[in-house]
Amino acid sequence: MKYIDHHAHMVSRTTDDYQHMALSGCVAVTEPAFWAGWDRSHADGFEDYFRQLTDFEPKRAAQYHIQHYAWMAMNPKEADDRPLSREVLARIPKFLDRPTVLGIGEIGLNRVTRNEIDTYTEQIELAREHRQLILIHTPHLEDKLKGTRISVDVLRTFPSLEPSRVLVDHAEEHTLAMILDHGYWAGLTLYPQTKVSAARAADIVERFGPERICIAGACDWGPSDALAVPRFIMEMRRRRHPEALIHRLVFENPVRFLSQCERFKIRPELERETVGSR
Amino acid sequence: MDGTPLPGLPLSPKELVDEYFIENRTRLLEIAAFLDRLDRVDASYAGRDFRMKAFREALAALDGDGGRLDRIQIILSDPREAPLDALDRKSALGAYDRWSADSTGGRS
Repeated sequence: MKYIDHHAHMVSRTTDDYQHMALSGCVAVTEPAFWAGWDRSHADGFEDYFRQLTDFEPKRAAQYHIQHYAWMAMNPKEADDRPLSREVLARIPKFLDRPTVLGIGEIGLNRVTRNEIDTYTEQIELAREHRQLILIHTPHLEDKLKGTRISVDVLRTFPSLEPSRVLVDHAEEHTLAMILDHGYWAGLTLYPQTKVSAARAADIVERFGPERICIAGACDWGPSDALAVPRFIMEMRRRRHPEALIHRLVFENPVRFLSQCERFKIRPELERETVGSR
Repeated sequence: MDGTPLPGLPLSPKELVDEYFIENRTRLLEIAAFLDRLDRVDASYAGRDFRMKAFREALAALDGDGGRLDRIQIILSDPREAPLDALDRKSALGAYDRWSADSTGGRS
């Protein structure tokens, strides 16, 4: 089954991962700008990283016939550093016209500090000003509930922002309703420990339905799985869910959200796939 | 919502247990082994570490009908609404310390 992984930090992965993803049906990945696992000391480091995301990584993915797209941002883990954040934000606009850039992301909160909220707010304003899609990271573990609430509250202070152009990622059982109820898209990211498992993601779909929900692996440099989305597909099949439902979650829904950016080349009307043959 | 009926779970109760019992039996034994292992090291430690206090509350929340996962998510969450004035550490710890005024502990 064709799928799109809307959240994959491929700069941290090997070409073997690209090959395995292609073999398992992946046709496109979108890569949000994120934390490298250590704090960068200067905005020049971010600029080189943005070049890697927009120049090098699409070519690496193309070798396996996977379309690679990117999101530009100051990530939440480094966003508490306000002087550095201001410098990085000043450098983002020149990347927004690159042919594979879809929007601003992943922005959001980490430990939910006042500085992080200020940087997050400025990046929403940047997205609004340049009419960009937004991809939002929500905090981990005990910080997720509070951080998601505040993230949504800040979004709602921008009445001109269309909720349908915002995806709030790393949603879990206790945060999904507040995201969907305000009209945003929600991402379920499949992670071995700190996010949701394939089984819990399937549970969430059974409880909340498939509307405005996308599934991603969020693979990065930590314990994570480049094949997390195919494992979700297997979990859904194990429960005998229809192929059309699975296809909607792993392909049609991300296409609907991402194709709001004209640079995303897969269009819903061009990518009909025969399903239901199982 | 678009009015589409919720998918629900297509399996019967027996099919669900047939399919998932063994792997969840394994998880249950892993939790029991972890608690026994901690007791072997220091049987009183779990009462002093906020993460283990929250863990015990979460285990107790398994009793009762439905909504177990939602209850546990809340037990493990920071219930406060105000943001932090300053960054205290880079990463979350997995549970909120409701037993101490200083919620940065738990590494002892």
